[in-house]
Amino acid sequence: MSIKPLKTVTSKTITLPAANIDTDQIIPARFLTVTTKNGLGKHAFNDWRYNDDGSETDHALNGDFAKACQIIVAGHNFGCGSSREHAPWALTDYGIRVVISTEIADIFRGNALKNGLLPIIIEKSAHQWLLDHPGEEITIDLERAEVRLPKNGGTYSFNIDAFSRHCLMEGVDEMGYLSAQDDAISQFEKTRA
Amino acid sequence: MVTAETADHPATLYIDLHLIHEVTSPQAFTELEQRGLPVRRPDKTLATIDHSTPTIINDDGSRPFITEQAKFQVEQLLLNTAKHGITTHSWDSPARGIVHVMGPEVGATQPGMTVVCGDSHTSTHGAFGCLAFGIGTTQVGHVLATQCLLMRKPKSMVIWVDGDIGDDVTAKDIILAIIAKIGVGGGTGHTLEYRGKCFDAMSMDERMTVCNMSIEAGARAGMIAPDATTVEYLRGRERVPSGEEFETLAADWLTLTSDESCHYDREVRLKAQDITPMVTYGTHPGMAMPIAANVPIASDEAEQKALAYMQLTGGKPIAGVSVDRVFIGSCTNSRMDDLRAAAAVMDGRTVKGGLIAIVVPGSEAIKKQAEAEGLDIIFEAAGAQWREPGCSMCIAMNGDMAAPGELVVSTSNRNFAGRQGPGARTVLASPATAAASAIAGVVASALDVGVTS
Repeated sequence: MSIKPLKTVTSKTITLPAANIDTDQIIPARFLTVTTKNGLGKHAFNDWRYNDDGSETDHALNGDFAKACQIIVAGHNFGCGSSREHAPWALTDYGIRVVISTEIADIFRGNALKNGLLPIIIEKSAHQWLLDHPGEEITIDLERAEVRLPKNGGTYSFNIDAFSRHCLMEGVDEMGYLSAQDDAISQFEKTRA
Repeated sequence: MVTAETADHPATLYIDLHLIHEVTSPQAFTELEQRGLPVRRPDKTLATIDHSTPTIINDDGSRPFITEQAKFQVEQLLLNTAKHGITTHSWDSPARGIVHVMGPEVGATQPGMTVVCGDSHTSTHGAFGCLAFGIGTTQVGHVLATQCLLMRKPKSMVIWVDGDIGDDVTAKDIILAIIAKIGVGGGTGHTLEYRGKCFDAMSMDERMTVCNMSIEAGARAGMIAPDATTVEYLRGRERVPSGEEFETLAADWLTLTSDESCHYDREVRLKAQDITPMVTYGTHPGMAMPIAANVPIASDEAEQKALAYMQLTGGKPIAGVSVDRVFIGSCTNSRMDDLRAAAAVMDGRTVKGGLIAIVVPGSEAIKKQAEAEGLDIIFEAAGAQWREPGCSMCIAMNGDMAAPGELVVSTSNRNFAGRQGPGARTVLASPATAAASAIAGVVASALDVGVTS
């Protein structure tokens, strides 16, 4: 199925400065017994956002401001831990389109790209600016692979491979590309038989 | 590889073995359904149920699922695999078990293969010289439909551990020492290769413990070259051929080694003799320390927060800290070597009053073998619970979990905040250390409870 295209995002940012925010924080395992992808946003960062009795904590993620943001600025090594794609499903359902950090774990990064969630690894100085300016409105331009900061914060480029960028910008997923290689795959299987 | 990577496109990598389980596959099957696609190679796909499954059986033979949803998820896996003709080690199979225990046990995992599973601990299979890594559910769908994945070549990192390890040091201690050295994100973007006498001397169970936790250093895959130990482990297993065909295959496997002169993007060296029994003290596996040392003083806010969560004090010993629960199991440490090591410590001793210790074998085959060796009797005589196979308290999604604030000494792989239940505090350790802690009622090494190896 197609994913939601992403070309530019202009949004205020939520900052979660802790390093090594793992997928158990993003979506605790006890919510993984679902058999669909939908509706996980209410459990995004569940144990930060809710008390034992189910009432909301005063965590910033519960505020109206955060709920209107599409960009998370996170500490180093965001998304470490498990391969659960429920993590990007929860974040996108919450309303997030972009995650920015100085390092993003491999499996989470791959999963994010397949769900219209752009993972950006940015240089330390820009990351520090973002942490120092929580809530500022910034612009992500995927075509130019740039993060544009206001208030003379500057413009920073980020790396994204051409294929992933194309898939995100056009909202296409990889299944079609893989399925189109059917002949080559069959050929390969003959050589391995 | 079907096609190589270019600047514009990732490589198309063919997958030799696709392992699936109930948690990360249902949405992928739904995707196939919606697109009207069949499973391309059910013969290269192997399923089991492990994550959401109860580890106790009611007196009437029923299994107490934590929720109806968990039960439904397991039933869904069984329906999906039956529909698509995928071999499934379900309740009635003597091979059912944690996916990364079951795969090698039935001989499905073989050197040189590409192995994937919707589970980050797929790195375990690298112990056989496989390129094995965890994938998300979208990619589970890709592999079901096309038997392929799009992938860019990762960087390489070699971890040398030279020299002999001490008698009281286990594979778990070695990998915790490695993660502590390179950091929880130190392996990001890399595939690890473990080399040196330390790994050469290990059993396959031990090598699986090491490769299993590669992901805890951020590396999707970690591997050890096949050798005679690998070949002997696989000989006679259900999914490997026998006779002449096996010998030919084995000879081929033994060629799958890195050249002596090969280049790695990064090289890390540890001395085996410097490594002692290890435990974690924080909220990620990189926060690991020798059990005999003092908890490191927090050097930043994140470490302070981790110590506060763990209710530990920098500069004070971790040995002697009160323990509420002990969990022996998981895809890291639930194999025969692990259970024998735990049983050797518990034999003739008693679990501290008030402490709950559970031992969860990795598979039905391990449960059977352990019972044949009388290990279940040792555990139960000591006061520990002997459970049915599954992931259990490692991921704590089947109802096996700790209460808020409880401290768990656990042989699993992750000590993230809340991993073993909201507010639960996890100390990762080897089976010997976990068993010793169950006896002592505090964080303790086997030596501390009078076990000399």
